[in-house]
Amino acid sequence: MKKLILPLLGLLAAGAVLTAVNAQAETQLTVYTAFEADQLQDYAERFNAAHPDIKIQWVRDSTGIITAKLLAEKDNPQADVIWGLAATSLLLMKGEGMLEPYAPKGLEKLDEKFRGDSNPPSWVGLDAWVASVCFNTVEAERLKLPQPTSWQDLTKPVYKGHVAMPNPNSSGTGFLDVSSWLQMFGEEKGWAFMDQLHENIAFYTHSGSKPCKDAARGEIPIGISFAYRAAQSKAEGAPLEIIIPSEGVGWDMEAAAIVKGTFNMDAAKTLMDWAISEDAMKMYNQNYAVVGITALSKPVKFFPEGISKAMIKNDFEWAAQNRKRILDEWQKRYDSKSEPKS
Amino acid sequence: MVAVNPIRNAVLATPVIKPKLGRDDWIMRLFMAVIGLYLLISLALPLYAVLSKSFTVFQFSFGDISVQLQRDGHWQDAGTLEEWVGRLSQPVNNDLAPTSLTRLPILQTLTRRELQGVSQVRLRDTSETGGRLLYDAEFSKPGEIFTLEPRELRKLFVRPVATTGLNNYLVYFQTPALRQSIGNSLYIAVITTLITVALAFAYAYAITRSCMPFSGAFRTIAMVPILVPSLLPAISLVYLFGNQGLLKGLLLGEPIYGPLGIVIASVFFCFPHAMLIILVALSAADARLYEAAEVLRTPKSRVFWTVTVPGASYGVISAAFVVFSLTITDFGVPKVIGGQFNVLALDIYKQVVGQQNFEMGAVVSVILLLPAILAFAVDRFMQRRQVALLSARAVPLIPKPNRALDRALLIYCSVVALFILGLLAMSQLASLIQFWPYDLSFSLRHYDFGRMDGGGWDSYFNSIRLGLYTAVIGTLIVFLGAYMVEKCKGFSHGRAGFQFLAMMPMAIPGMVLGLAYVFFFNSPHNPLNFLYGTMAILVICTITHLYTVSHLTSLTALKQLDPEFEAVGASLKQPFYRTLSRVTTPICLPAIFDIFIYLFVNAMTTVSAVVFLYSPDTTLASVAMLNMDDAGDIAPAAAMGMMIFYTNVSARLAYLGISQLLFRSTQAWRKR
Repeated sequence: MKKLILPLLGLLAAGAVLTAVNAQAETQLTVYTAFEADQLQDYAERFNAAHPDIKIQWVRDSTGIITAKLLAEKDNPQADVIWGLAATSLLLMKGEGMLEPYAPKGLEKLDEKFRGDSNPPSWVGLDAWVASVCFNTVEAERLKLPQPTSWQDLTKPVYKGHVAMPNPNSSGTGFLDVSSWLQMFGEEKGWAFMDQLHENIAFYTHSGSKPCKDAARGEIPIGISFAYRAAQSKAEGAPLEIIIPSEGVGWDMEAAAIVKGTFNMDAAKTLMDWAISEDAMKMYNQNYAVVGITALSKPVKFFPEGISKAMIKNDFEWAAQNRKRILDEWQKRYDSKSEPKS
Repeated sequence: MVAVNPIRNAVLATPVIKPKLGRDDWIMRLFMAVIGLYLLISLALPLYAVLSKSFTVFQFSFGDISVQLQRDGHWQDAGTLEEWVGRLSQPVNNDLAPTSLTRLPILQTLTRRELQGVSQVRLRDTSETGGRLLYDAEFSKPGEIFTLEPRELRKLFVRPVATTGLNNYLVYFQTPALRQSIGNSLYIAVITTLITVALAFAYAYAITRSCMPFSGAFRTIAMVPILVPSLLPAISLVYLFGNQGLLKGLLLGEPIYGPLGIVIASVFFCFPHAMLIILVALSAADARLYEAAEVLRTPKSRVFWTVTVPGASYGVISAAFVVFSLTITDFGVPKVIGGQFNVLALDIYKQVVGQQNFEMGAVVSVILLLPAILAFAVDRFMQRRQVALLSARAVPLIPKPNRALDRALLIYCSVVALFILGLLAMSQLASLIQFWPYDLSFSLRHYDFGRMDGGGWDSYFNSIRLGLYTAVIGTLIVFLGAYMVEKCKGFSHGRAGFQFLAMMPMAIPGMVLGLAYVFFFNSPHNPLNFLYGTMAILVICTITHLYTVSHLTSLTALKQLDPEFEAVGASLKQPFYRTLSRVTTPICLPAIFDIFIYLFVNAMTTVSAVVFLYSPDTTLASVAMLNMDDAGDIAPAAAMGMMIFYTNVSARLAYLGISQLLFRSTQAWRKR
């Protein structure tokens, strides 16, 4: 019997050790984020250069998954701070009363667009994440496709079956596109535009970066995606042209907020203060052309010019409050139509 | 017991006397109860959580909100919001059913016309629990009153309340996009089943019933798909037949994204399962039947349809149901190559991850359970009716050479083997190319997983840890459970209950199990909540997901043992665990090793069971593949798939080596 019980006990003990939290002198902050995987280490190091006593434990996933995770944990939150998640997602959390309002130091330096409208704000914006169109020049030449310059261009019959875009039901970028069209063109014309665009769409993807990466691989000539991903693919050597449609482009912010009920409030506030500091803004600027303190925004390599001017006036509250309705309507119109052509 | 015992017969004739339970029996029952409890907690209760979640509906209770209007400085009652809603010309919320996240702007219910001349509006949450209204991101408290000017009403929302009802199911069947998936899933599963079983039958026939050369090699190659996640064939198909595909021309313009791609990739990953089952069925043949047929000058084709096929029919049916449930519950393939073709398993993922609509995810889960349980039940029923084909006097069939047939089968098997190896080679090649298709130089950069989503190399090592934990702990639990069920005396109700629990995981799709764990373990009221987000919950989920096959393997091995061993042990006054550790376990070692390697390999490749459960510290290689493909990094996804493949191959080779060494010392008695 001993022979059996001992290993069993050993396993149980091992499990207990695994789950026990190590006591540590420094403060540990659990930070939920959707920052790109390759940025995390750099961001934490920069923060620790200023505040070595606070250790960041990253919890990273794509926007949709992190949002789902936060909402699923709403009764029993695991995160202390959310740093680097779409503002529209944070608004959902605000709607659930999950965020602790806090005005970080230096809030007044932020561009107005980057501050929530309540005071103290429940969240602050860090940088802008802008929609763009990836256009594969090699495939376009082969297929004799002219370069589009506007959203309306994309509805022309010549592009039939040559456009990919993210499904707004699973992708934050996709929702950003749809909500920006509805805001730019108005509800009725916006849906009419999407009806036409739908005729040209080859496939809707689950994630926002996939259309651009697919365009980079030539899997599809035109991918509706976002500027950061486009610039990255271009830097890798993909034959891409990054297009900013002339009507204007939708955008979202990467934003930060404190999760209500955190036991590390002081450390959380320190991180929030730092997250909108000039130091941090310069850091975001390495990847994103438009950052919260607009004066600091410097152009980023391969980012299309004039992108900050093309950004529409985005009503995030409207987008968050109408999110469910828009998504249901979208699904009704386009998901049920997407039957196999057999 | 073999010998008839006259004393025992005498005892049986008298009124039933219950045997006295010894210490051993109590310990064994205790063990069984503990493992039974484990299955109850890790399987039955989470499933119940899914079921109850699917019946949680959200409704606006407008009757709980009272309205007062101020005109010219006078307050007047204006009834409840329900009355206002009743007067509206169009349905609220565009007639969509609310979910937990729906927030209805109050201005949709208070029409502008009726607010003319109103200087202030007073809204009161009259419910006892509160939370019916939401103002500037704060829930209303019970009895709270909001006094607002009409222009401030923009910030006020009505919030739905959770109740129990069938509404989610109604919404499901009223939404074409969702309803369609049932047909789509069945369509894919039926087509895949027909193709896979036909291919597997011919392949297994070639291996068992012909003198085709290299049959051993073909047998090994057919097992390859078991060693890779189902995502891998789908990724290879994108490279082969996608818009930049090498062999795109072969499809004659038909897109690979959609049912075509799903079926091809599903056939790939289901093939070994079907092939193995049919192989076993075809191996058991009585040569005398064939001799009789030959003597009667029965034509070959008639022999095939009247002897071979009926003999293997149960195997074929069993294989068909296994393929059917594998296909209908798989989510990796349609995720990668499904295009706009929705299937049930994918809908669960989309509802939960994309829309955070957990209730609808639960509804789809329940719907997905039905065909899977049906397939399982039919399979069980068929197996029970399976009669022994081989009597003691049967003569094993030795195939005779037939040049034409052998050559045809050799060509056929080569084509299938080429298909399997070709898909694998495509992924290997794609993962080594710098920038497909524009820069075809060789590069290892796609193996630098730290640059991509998914958790980097950590996720690969996490997967190995998961595989080892699952294999070690799972083998222990499963084997002990099977032992107790098989050797325990009496206690028939308990044993039947345990047996039922042990068979259940087979019918539960991994995706459903994973979602069930989210509902069950993430509830703050659950004392086991601390497991959420740990490696432990992944191990528990994977063991439970893979329980049935391991349990059946153990039972088969244990049933081969003569119960005399225990009887002798007991008569020598040895406790049962000594017999277990000194006799039973060493004899069953081959089966135990089989279980170990089965658990390891499957823990490495499973996606569906763990996709909702991993945490940032416990990202897994198979999930990383999914996330990398999701982000469009399909070459790194292929690279990760190949890493999983090589790991599983090494594990298998190590298993072969170790088992040869070990079995020499423990299994010598099997040889004469």
